[in-house]
Amino acid sequence: MNAIIFSAVWGMVMMFCSFLVSNKSMYRHIAAIGLLLLLVVNVLDSNGVSLLHIDAGDMLVYTRFGYLFNSIAIASTLIYVLLTGKDIERLGNYVAEYFVLIFFVLCGVAILSAYNNLLMLFIGIEILSIPLYILTGSDKRNLKSNEAALKYFLMGSFSTGIMLMGIALMYGGTGTFSLEVARTEAGLYKGVSFLEIIGLLLLMVSMCFKVSAAPFHFWTPDVYDGAPAVFTSFMATIVKAAGFIAFLKLCYVRMTATSTAIDWQLLFAIIIIVTLLFGNITAIFQQSVKRMLAYSSIAQAGFMLFALFSLNEYANKGLLLYAAAYSLATIGVFAVLVKMKDVTFEGFNGLAKTQPVLAAANTIFLLSLAGIPLTAGFLAKYYMLASIISTGHFIWLVVVAVLFAAISVYYYFRVIQSMYFKTGEPQTETVTQSFKIGLMALAALIIVIGVYPQLIFNWLYF
Amino acid sequence: MIALLLILVPVTGGLITLSIKNENSVKGFSLLVAIVTLILALVGVFSNNATLLNYDASWMPDLGSRISFGLDGMSKMLALLTAVSLPIIITATYKNTYANAGKFYSLMFLCQAGMLGVFLSMDALLFYFFWELALIPAYFLCSIWGGEKRIQVTFKFFVYTFVGSLLMLVSILFIYFKTPDHSFALQSFYHAKLTATQSQWMFWLFFIALAIKMPIFPFHTWQPDTYEQAPTAVTMLLSGVMVKMGVFAVIRWLLPIFPDASQSSSSFIITLSVIGMLYASLIAIKQDDIKRLIAYSSIAHMGLMCAALFANQQVGIQGVLIQMFNHGINIIGLWIVADAIEKQLGTRKFSELGGLAQKAPTLAILFAVMCLANVALPLTNAFVGEFLMFNGLFRYNPIMAGIAGISIILAAVYTLNMIQKIFYGNTVAITENARDSSFNVNAALVILVIVVIVLGIYPQPMINLTQSNANLFITKIP
Repeated sequence: MNAIIFSAVWGMVMMFCSFLVSNKSMYRHIAAIGLLLLLVVNVLDSNGVSLLHIDAGDMLVYTRFGYLFNSIAIASTLIYVLLTGKDIERLGNYVAEYFVLIFFVLCGVAILSAYNNLLMLFIGIEILSIPLYILTGSDKRNLKSNEAALKYFLMGSFSTGIMLMGIALMYGGTGTFSLEVARTEAGLYKGVSFLEIIGLLLLMVSMCFKVSAAPFHFWTPDVYDGAPAVFTSFMATIVKAAGFIAFLKLCYVRMTATSTAIDWQLLFAIIIIVTLLFGNITAIFQQSVKRMLAYSSIAQAGFMLFALFSLNEYANKGLLLYAAAYSLATIGVFAVLVKMKDVTFEGFNGLAKTQPVLAAANTIFLLSLAGIPLTAGFLAKYYMLASIISTGHFIWLVVVAVLFAAISVYYYFRVIQSMYFKTGEPQTETVTQSFKIGLMALAALIIVIGVYPQLIFNWLYF
Repeated sequence: MIALLLILVPVTGGLITLSIKNENSVKGFSLLVAIVTLILALVGVFSNNATLLNYDASWMPDLGSRISFGLDGMSKMLALLTAVSLPIIITATYKNTYANAGKFYSLMFLCQAGMLGVFLSMDALLFYFFWELALIPAYFLCSIWGGEKRIQVTFKFFVYTFVGSLLMLVSILFIYFKTPDHSFALQSFYHAKLTATQSQWMFWLFFIALAIKMPIFPFHTWQPDTYEQAPTAVTMLLSGVMVKMGVFAVIRWLLPIFPDASQSSSSFIITLSVIGMLYASLIAIKQDDIKRLIAYSSIAHMGLMCAALFANQQVGIQGVLIQMFNHGINIIGLWIVADAIEKQLGTRKFSELGGLAQKAPTLAILFAVMCLANVALPLTNAFVGEFLMFNGLFRYNPIMAGIAGISIILAAVYTLNMIQKIFYGNTVAITENARDSSFNVNAALVILVIVVIVLGIYPQPMINLTQSNANLFITKIP
């Protein structure tokens, strides 16, 4: 509860700052402090110290899992603001508003990690999405950014409509909005109703849209490419992970309850294959690193879908780990990307000569995304593979997935090849010493998680 | 403890090398680190103290994986090979200059540490980690310092092996869930319970990774290109040691985990291996480039090792265990000569060379010995291993052994042809002003030649060293 209230309040505070504080570079410091406080209150909350007592009925239920994800999301946002805060400032004159919107997104994330009621799911998704529509179009004078925002908004509202329709049908089928009641008090309805299945399918479609799973991924490349790179980074990581956490809960409760009527696993298997196929194959042909990363984020979503497919212990841990590993690496890659003046592969040529620190850190981020051992990305992929293999079925799905993972190496390594093995004169924005130190720390964190994951496990699961 | 040090010394040595700027001090320091590693390996080989040889520590209890290294007979021998090869490689290429020498040697050491890790790991996940780790430095080494087409060629190599290792990961994970105590430890893996169909599938997923690494026909296409394009020092490391990772993993992991599946797939794999031997030998005859010839010759040798492994005869496996070491020594020797010729004369083509023996007699003699070892002449080290392997193959299937035997003749044809074209006949324009090889090349070659001859005459220590491994796992085969 702390995180929901506090993130909204701090969003308000930032709003007031926008006209009370005139120094532009103060905003990111205020935002960083806010995030730090947010992290603290969230950790306090997860240890039983809640500062505010608000009775939400059964609409919000807090679990250790939810708190953990919240902490990961807030910590990732903190790292994101620390690394790219300066670049957000370059976007325009109304910097404070961007931070306000980021706080509102975090409020949505906090609701999604705790919802226990379909209405809360809807509200969470909306609170999450609407600021994103604005952030996407924040580069006002850029036509691509405007186009992306409009596209995202139209498609997003469409999927929201589908979600509402689904929720309504499920209400008709089960007689309740609540997730828990429908599962525990099965007496409310006789067996699985047809309406509930249709409703769930519609919900699934809209959730697939939010997490950019194929065949509902078409908005992703355009939006990620059109949005300013600093916000793409935010959208592709924290927001997407939050979508997955919400989706996972839905699957756990509603889909296991209806698994007698419909083979969700097969459905998810098909979605996984199609997502991996689209994401990986199209990423190969991109000439722009930014667009490649957009497609690769679809491919990564394909791996995260594994958790929804298998729904077991490994899936839970794995999804958290994946969210952390993927967010950290992607934030890092984008932090380097926004420093580049030319975001095509050629623009990276010879970066290792002119900016060795940037190139080395970027290499580690890319290796992590590709899932090479000794990085956090490997462990995340490992958990995802293990989650399916432990069920003992659908081994072919795992084999197909690892083949796609091998394809992903192709496009991630193209960036490494450009940086290290090709010669060129890459143009970068000014890179400060503190930015370099931040990047190195992030890279080190990724390696530490990869080499000695027990550190994070102890903290996560004690 | 030795086992842990064997990995830590190259890693720390490599990291220190990274920070040294002066090229000469980089080389001196690298040689020192390599020799320290060699001494450690020698101590390990001659020691029987279990606490000294094994290391075990908690790593990821959540996943059931431990940091567990051990030196048994087979690992001792391969650790020795890895440790011997690096000082020799550094000595032989001492005069080569590299841009960013510090980085180059640093990556060499990381690669060495990765390979040692593969040979010493007694835990499947740890094994997988090192398997990949050996690859990453090799990728950068070849891509930065390699020949003209290095980027594409190395990338092919990388993707090929990466696909293989991911499939292996799937197999490892699957077995992990079938182990009685949910652990990645070697012994648990040996006791994993799989149904016949499962083990058949997992066998193939596992085997493809190893087949790509060895490489076995038809997964060999990355190999000649990579060997040709890589800087020679790296080629030595790749062909001398890294390909042994494949053979090693078959003995350590594949055969004991899947005794039934390997039995039932053996005829198919042996057929592939024998086809590969003949195919590679025939292509080697047509080559006009020293490096490519050695590369194809290596495919033929690896094919024989693979065939002998799956013949499941104790003598054959004994032969493979010995041959892993000997092949590494011999092929490094060949590369040293190839590199010496290329560095001095600027070409690797036979057609542009000739009569070098008149100008460089020492090099010619040393090269001739290495070549004879390559065709496994009696009294050279390779003879013992090859004899045992053919023996095993013959017991398995005489016809296969007969067909595979053709490759011995072919090996003699291409190897002697190479010597003749490069070293004998009349001198040509390029070789007119050739000098004899430099001291460091001679030193490295002389050491290798001594090893070749000593082990050729008295191979018993090696057989004793690996006897227990061969015995141990022949009992696992029903």
